Amino acid sequence: MTEFSFWDILRNLLLAARWTVVLSLVSFIGGGIVGAALLFLRIGGRRGIQLLSRGYIQLFQGTPLLMQLFLAFFGLGLFGIDVPAWLAACVALVLWTAAFLAEIWRGCVESIAKGQWEASASLGMGYLQQMRYVILPQALKVAVPPTVGFSVQVVKGTALTSIIGFVELSKAGSIVTNATFQPFTVYGLVALIYFALCWPLSKSSQLLERKLNVAHRNH
Amino acid sequence: MSLIAITEVKKRFGDNEVLKGISIDIAPGEVVAIIGRSGSGKSTLLRCINGLETIDEGSIVVAGAQFLPDEVHLKALRLKVGMIFQQFNLFPHLTAGGNVMLSQMVVKKVPKKDAEAVARKMLDRVGLAHKFDALPDELSGGQQQRVAIARALAMQPMALLCDEITSALDPELVAEVLAVVKELAAEGMTLVMVTHEMRFARDVCSRVVFMHQGRVHEIGAPEDVFANPRTPELRQFLGVQ
Ligand SMILES: Nc1ncnc2c1ncn2[C@@H]1O[C@H](COP(=O)(O)OP(=O)(O)O)[C@@H](O)[C@H]1O
Ligand SMILES: [Mg+2]
Repeated sequence: MTEFSFWDILRNLLLAARWTVVLSLVSFIGGGIVGAALLFLRIGGRRGIQLLSRGYIQLFQGTPLLMQLFLAFFGLGLFGIDVPAWLAACVALVLWTAAFLAEIWRGCVESIAKGQWEASASLGMGYLQQMRYVILPQALKVAVPPTVGFSVQVVKGTALTSIIGFVELSKAGSIVTNATFQPFTVYGLVALIYFALCWPLSKSSQLLERKLNVAHRNH
Repeated sequence: MSLIAITEVKKRFGDNEVLKGISIDIAPGEVVAIIGRSGSGKSTLLRCINGLETIDEGSIVVAGAQFLPDEVHLKALRLKVGMIFQQFNLFPHLTAGGNVMLSQMVVKKVPKKDAEAVARKMLDRVGLAHKFDALPDELSGGQQQRVAIARALAMQPMALLCDEITSALDPELVAEVLAVVKELAAEGMTLVMVTHEMRFARDVCSRVVFMHQGRVHEIGAPEDVFANPRTPELRQFLGVQ
């Protein structure tokens, strides 16, 4: 049996951490796009469509991410569609992220004074024009801190995909542990790597929020 | 022919009937003051004329075009009547000039250069040519309201609806806004103003509408309405016995 040095362990974990990063980015970007579409439908769509997107958001916020992963992985299998773990992981995380981002952003849009909608409407703008030129430029500023803050949840959420066999940081941790019998070292390192990914995000979210509050108070 | 024809308009919020059959015809170039107690439906009436609220019964016809609540008709209506709000509602992320340019470019597809020229002209008209690059934050309330007027004028409306446009202002800033409105009136702009400035209503307006509990309670020339209020409600509102 080959001996694993500390550096071997670290190297293996870091290599796997790349997939955590990739999965986080895909979830965040994909979730952002789907979330933006949900937001537009949730606020300005017809009544039926509004209800539909609200239902979607509540469904994904009201069930554990783990169940969503299982459903994406095993559920499609029932229909004879063979879903690789990476695909199921991406799909579930994108849909989950979208629901949360849409809800965060809705709060930001609703924090914009009603008078902004009325003034832009009275000037003849349609819904999409109001959103594009008046509401979103203002809401975006408010949205940055909570959005960056939520990205931490996305990074941590990727850990669950180890359960369906996607080899990211957590899964690599258990594989390396099985080979080395040094769980404390391995999981300690895993935790540190997660922390190194998440801490800058939550810290910058805090800083952005403070900066924004100061800017608000000056108004 | 009237520019704005309001016929038997009714508006309900749930069980609360706020407008109970309003009829007013407004001719081009007229300056109409709407007065009345808080809650009598003045704002709701203006908002209906601009299509910010839908009406339940009756009709509103502006320059021959019937009000219908779909996006195409609403846009056509709103190009004919501009609206100024009590809270100014300037877009805080745009400069004064940007505020006046935006809807021209977005709604009317005016090229940026032309929109800017119009914006400079309109800001000049309200005495704020030098504030083109100022953000709303950097302006006084009176200046913000004048920018809002310039922004509405840039769309070249046939009429302007003003909802208590001086009520949010410090007393010393009221005059500068009223001076702009007075000038517009003199130039022949059709104006419908909800106002508490009785002296202004008397001096500038061609007709005064007194609203009470969702109805037009009295209507007439300012000298009649103010000098000879016929109903006890108006007498009480004006504080004369
Ligand atoms: N969006 C709304 N929903 C429910 N009730 C409203 C709404 N807007 C106005 N009202 C009601 O309509 C009545 C008239 O309001 P408003 O037109 O603002 O009066 P005014 O401008 O004369 O003070 C009030 O009783 C008010 O509570
Ligand atoms: Mg009012």
